[in-house]
Amino acid sequence: MTKKLRVKTSKFIDETYKISFKFNGKTYYGYKGDTLASALLANNVHLVGRSFKYHRPRGIMTAGSEEPNAIVQLHKNTSRTEPNVRATEIEIYEGLEASSQNCWPSVNFDIGGINNFLSPLLPAGFYYKTFMWPASFWEKYEYFIRKSAGLGKSPTEPDPDIYEHKYIHCDVLIVGAGISGIMAAKIAAKNGFKTLLVDEKSYLGGSTIYQNSEHFKINNQISSSWLDKEISEIKKIKNLKIKTRTSVAAYHGYNFLLARENLTDHLPLEQRKNKIRQRLLKIRAKKVITATGSLERPLIFDNNDRPGILLSSAVEKYANFFGVACGEKNVLFTNNDSAYETAISLFQKGINIETIIDNREEIDSRLIKEAEKNNIKIYKGYTVVDTSGYKRINKISIMQLSKDGQKVVGSKISITCDCLGVSGGWTPAVHLFTQSGGKLKFRDEDQVFIPNIYSSDQISIGSCNGDFTLDEILLNIPNTLKEFLDLKKTDYENLEVKSSFNKSKRNIWLLPSDKLVGKTKPFVDYQNDATAKDIKLALREGFRSIEHVKRYTTTGMGTDQGKLGNMHALGIISETAGSKMGELGTTTFRPPYTPLTFGTIVGRNVGEYFDVFRKTPIHDWHVKNKAEFENVGQWKRAWYYPKDGENMHDAVQRESKAARDSAGILDASTLGKIDIQGSDASEFLNRVYTNAWSKLAIGKCRYGLMLNEDGMVYDDGVTTRLGENHYIMTTTTGGAATVLGKLEDYLQTEWPELDVYLTSVTDHYATVSVCGPNSKKIVSQIVPDLDFSDENFPHMSFKNAKIGKIKCRVMRISFTGEQSYEINIQANYGKSVWEKCMEAGKEFNITPYGTETMHLLRAEKGFIIVGQDTDATMTPIDLQMDWIVSKKKFDFIGKRSLYRSDTIREDRKQLVGLLTENPDEVLEEGAQIVADIKKSPVEMLGHVTSSYYSPNLKKSIALGVVRGGKKMMGQKLIIPMENKEINVTVADPVFLDRENKKLNA
Amino acid sequence: MFVINCPYCGEREQSEFKAGGEAHIVRPKQPTELSDDQWAEYLFMRKNIKGIQFERWVHTHGCRKWFNVVRDTSNDEITAVYKMGEKPPTNK
Amino acid sequence: MKNKYSIFSLVKNAFSYHENWEKAWKDPEPKKEYEIVIIGGGGHGLATAYYLAKKHNLKNIAVVEKGWIGGGNTGRNTTIIRSNYLWDASAGLYDHALKIWEGLSQELNYNVMFSQRGVMNLAHNLQDVRDLKRRTHANRLNGIDAVYLNTEQVKKFCPIINTSPDIRYPVLGGTLQRRAGTARHDAVAWGYARGADEMGVDIIQNCEVKGIKRNGNSVEGIETTKGFIKTKKIGVVAAGHSSVIANMAGLRLPLESKPLQALVSEPVKPIIDTVVMSNAVHAYVSQSDKGELVIGAGTDDYISYSQKGSHDIVEGTLNAILELYPIFSRMRMLRQWGGIVDICPDASPIISKTSIKGLYFNCGWGTGGFKATPGSGDLFAHTIANDEPHKLNAAFNLNRFVSGDLVDEHGAAAVAH
Repeated sequence: MTKKLRVKTSKFIDETYKISFKFNGKTYYGYKGDTLASALLANNVHLVGRSFKYHRPRGIMTAGSEEPNAIVQLHKNTSRTEPNVRATEIEIYEGLEASSQNCWPSVNFDIGGINNFLSPLLPAGFYYKTFMWPASFWEKYEYFIRKSAGLGKSPTEPDPDIYEHKYIHCDVLIVGAGISGIMAAKIAAKNGFKTLLVDEKSYLGGSTIYQNSEHFKINNQISSSWLDKEISEIKKIKNLKIKTRTSVAAYHGYNFLLARENLTDHLPLEQRKNKIRQRLLKIRAKKVITATGSLERPLIFDNNDRPGILLSSAVEKYANFFGVACGEKNVLFTNNDSAYETAISLFQKGINIETIIDNREEIDSRLIKEAEKNNIKIYKGYTVVDTSGYKRINKISIMQLSKDGQKVVGSKISITCDCLGVSGGWTPAVHLFTQSGGKLKFRDEDQVFIPNIYSSDQISIGSCNGDFTLDEILLNIPNTLKEFLDLKKTDYENLEVKSSFNKSKRNIWLLPSDKLVGKTKPFVDYQNDATAKDIKLALREGFRSIEHVKRYTTTGMGTDQGKLGNMHALGIISETAGSKMGELGTTTFRPPYTPLTFGTIVGRNVGEYFDVFRKTPIHDWHVKNKAEFENVGQWKRAWYYPKDGENMHDAVQRESKAARDSAGILDASTLGKIDIQGSDASEFLNRVYTNAWSKLAIGKCRYGLMLNEDGMVYDDGVTTRLGENHYIMTTTTGGAATVLGKLEDYLQTEWPELDVYLTSVTDHYATVSVCGPNSKKIVSQIVPDLDFSDENFPHMSFKNAKIGKIKCRVMRISFTGEQSYEINIQANYGKSVWEKCMEAGKEFNITPYGTETMHLLRAEKGFIIVGQDTDATMTPIDLQMDWIVSKKKFDFIGKRSLYRSDTIREDRKQLVGLLTENPDEVLEEGAQIVADIKKSPVEMLGHVTSSYYSPNLKKSIALGVVRGGKKMMGQKLIIPMENKEINVTVADPVFLDRENKKLNA
Repeated sequence: MFVINCPYCGEREQSEFKAGGEAHIVRPKQPTELSDDQWAEYLFMRKNIKGIQFERWVHTHGCRKWFNVVRDTSNDEITAVYKMGEKPPTNK
Repeated sequence: MKNKYSIFSLVKNAFSYHENWEKAWKDPEPKKEYEIVIIGGGGHGLATAYYLAKKHNLKNIAVVEKGWIGGGNTGRNTTIIRSNYLWDASAGLYDHALKIWEGLSQELNYNVMFSQRGVMNLAHNLQDVRDLKRRTHANRLNGIDAVYLNTEQVKKFCPIINTSPDIRYPVLGGTLQRRAGTARHDAVAWGYARGADEMGVDIIQNCEVKGIKRNGNSVEGIETTKGFIKTKKIGVVAAGHSSVIANMAGLRLPLESKPLQALVSEPVKPIIDTVVMSNAVHAYVSQSDKGELVIGAGTDDYISYSQKGSHDIVEGTLNAILELYPIFSRMRMLRQWGGIVDICPDASPIISKTSIKGLYFNCGWGTGGFKATPGSGDLFAHTIANDEPHKLNAAFNLNRFVSGDLVDEHGAAAVAH
């Protein structure tokens, strides 16, 4: 470590705790408390990265989250590597490895640096004007553009770290723990408000905490000592929660804020194991106090981007907080008094400070006098016109400003230096305020935007509200908070404040130069290499709005989102266009305030927690018996049960045959079940289904089709009348929730007069369906007390029964066309009933079958599956299900829509059966159907919706929808595939047992 | 994300609710007597107002009750909630 | 062309320090009367004006824009361009647009950076597979270059997708349209504006429409913040604000305007070289030339003009992104924003005459209008110029909501993007 640069001990740095880290492969040392930036500066490393467009060498500019230049790639490990990390924010830890980005082969020698010399050809928006010839070459140009763009590198392995979410409800949220935030926290918490104070830094106290100047005193104590005591006091307040390393990312409506709490990024690697890396706080606050402070503005002059050029306040922080000198020959350049604070701090620390260039001519304040007393040379009324030094600043040229500040006069003076601190005054950090919907106003005196109209219960205090001096802050806060929190008094009445800050400022957005602006590079957006001349070019080309200029020049679109340069961009636009600053508006500050890790936003909702798994009560049995599963909505349904060596086709053929030949068993628990009760239940069903329900006898079941109000089929299922005023409705597996929602909607909003109650009971029952010629023999063993004779228990009826002592409902309904019984029993008995059926069915070779076989069996019977054989364009008439549409009923949902001019057309797409010429050829589901393959363009008549090889019919069968299909029976059509055409014949969609003999066999 | 004051449960996060669009569109009592045009008006045509809108919400992850909300769609500010069947407030 | 853009003009101007570039478009005050006024200076509106001037030889045209051109959904979308739509009418419309995209930079002499890096749509359940196959077959017969990919082929085309069968919603397959891709959104608006301006179209910014004046059943002009403008034909291309303009003319439209959000990550070196869309888990991602991951989220379910959506939607989208791309967990969201999308019940647009003479609407593009910009402008220009739709937009009339002849891309895919 270069001892010379680590000048004096700071209480914020633990010099007994030495930490080694690597930067660009070289090992360096720093101390606990250092950021990567402060540690690099202490080692005299200024060159950190290369800029986006011109690949210019760049160094550390700031000491905070507004850093545009010093962004690095962290870690080499491919799963933990992280691009674009700000060196000014990352606290060093043992094992830290960082490297420069956007340079090849190295930051010292970067081939991309050639762009800097090509820069005359690369003005703003150059890419819109070229790369157009020859047209086919764009892809090739683009390849190189993409390669040279981007900054760091994405990880290439999954993230091993854990993230989580936490909800916080509080009375008062205070964002920012500088002096304003600390005072506000004390006032709020001591008055009984449940208060949360957050700050992005690892310490409390903002910039006041490392002030050590006789010029700033509160109650006759140096401001930092006073604040220290306040901090130790608020730490004891019970209803105040303090979170450091917590950055508020977004301020949404209704005082909903998102904050990222950083938990492990500062820890040595080995201490991070099994710890949560970051936590997303979802904060709902009754009241919000924004105390986010302000950001120092840079100054815009030619070559203002070299390594070694920092914000003056950063130079001060590196000296006072980290005890690091940014250079040995320091020069400051300012348009206001705050650089003198830096100068005095440096002087106190024994850091050489030679010269201050102040663009103001007539100035006088105690701070300036103090500087002069210390023999610091001040150039008054001067400006920097150029700098030199490729990888580190080594010289500046200054010239005198004309009276009006529009040009430079006199001769050039050269000053050698290795660090230039610049101060262009301060910009209130109003980002969160505007995100929340607040409206700003422009204050002409010092050219700043400050909060004006609030959109929710909130207030901005301190320098983010435009109060820049200590006395303003300390005097305004008690009054503001009394009003905001409705208090009579605070602990901070009558504070005695000594503040030496003079507010005079000579604001010149673009400092004049002796050169043509076109020959200069005055950077406004450092990261994206947008210069003042780019902004002027955009205006010249007719881009007038700030949003246009921003997009055309990419100003403010880097990872720092223009925190440093946006105001200058606005200023230069208004000056160039001759419009007033306040009227120009600002660009929208979009969330997040600082970039937010995807993992943090997602929290635990990854991997197995991405979405809930819904499993039936019989799920474990399916797993044990090696079922393959299909996702249906959130459900896992058994798809098929392959035996050893079987593929899916073999398994499905076996299952399908067994179900028809003897017995099959299906877990139907996933079907939606809605319990419907009330004296108007029958009338309700009349209105929601297409068919009539009033005459359905108790104990009988009926199939129903539900439409949307636009007449299109929406859902289907069997509903059973359990009692005079009691039904149980089944829905499709995927549609259960939306059907219930829709029925509730009609019931509550359209037909509140109906006495009907709906309850979802899907999860309450397990449903075991046994089908096949031997099903009765099996089920009757399970429910021995029930009379299973066809007379007592015919098809489409239901019986209450008991298995042992447990009540159950048995329905004789069928989706396969086979005689079939469904046992519905309290869910926790489901698996036991299933196992009993398996046991009883052993002698009949009872075969468990999954959804694929179910689909095949129902297709043999021509039964539809809503969502597979229908999309949202099929009416019941189109499905050839005219029989289910009551002509007598006055109304039902969707009825009117069936009689519109398009829905009554006879040549709509209609559901038909399809048989292939070659009975072994199985059509592809989704394949299109045509009549005339030679016609151009080809006219598609419809498509194949369901297709299987039927082991029971020993041929391929398919369902499809075909335009005018109803009248095409027997007609030949063509299925055109990529490499062949398949001939098919239109057939009846019912392929098996048209007379329904099997149901009653 | 706004907060909705469910008339049955009190203030809850918006994520507990589902929106149901414009309120007070009454389903025609005798749809069969409507022309295709009139039916289309009911089915599809909406005011889609920018400003004060009367709209329906349902507390999906709560009491499952439908109710009405008065919200300014230009800034999402909710000024009133009222139950189904209740008269809408007149002065926004 | 007065001021042709090329590498040569860049070199030439470099010698004069780029001081001599001309305005890309003028900023005129409105005239008293125009033959046609287009309301809305987004990509679609500017393209409409451009084609009215170019193909229909109409010169006395104004585009009025309440803010700045391209500042609405044109500048807020995720720039996905594709034409692999299911229904014939949609395929015809979007492929017409895609064909214009393929030569648009040259036509406009403005690099819109149309990048045909392919668009993949993923299937996550068996019905997705059926639907995507159905669409691919239809695309092939309609002459659209879509192919179906199995899981291995998906992985090969985009290796960073997690295709493990053990994830919650595994990738079962997908479709690929190679001619599809992305373009630079701002450039589209600016390129059309520059082209239209050169042919004499007045582009009037910061001019908000306050009313539509009718005489009986015909339009007579518009009231604006810059005064009354007389015209006999008005083409409304106001996206999320279509209903607001319609209400001024006493019309109701089958639209709902809802928040749609998008976000970008910090820029990184190339990591994903195509566009991947997944309807079922709701994740859309591509990488911009600048290096940012561009991620589209879904719509909220309520009507809003606030240009703000709920955080849940963003969170849900990123959940899905990390499900499919777990390597992105340490990437950071740089910027997030919202737009207002006008959605039709069938998720297809309206490019149509109305019951009022001289009033035309081009709206209802929902979440996917950017891709259609050139085609939409061309067909809308045809419709306005001839008072008759082109055969490619005939199906997208307003009457379909009366007859029931919808173009249901909504039913065909859970979300049309």
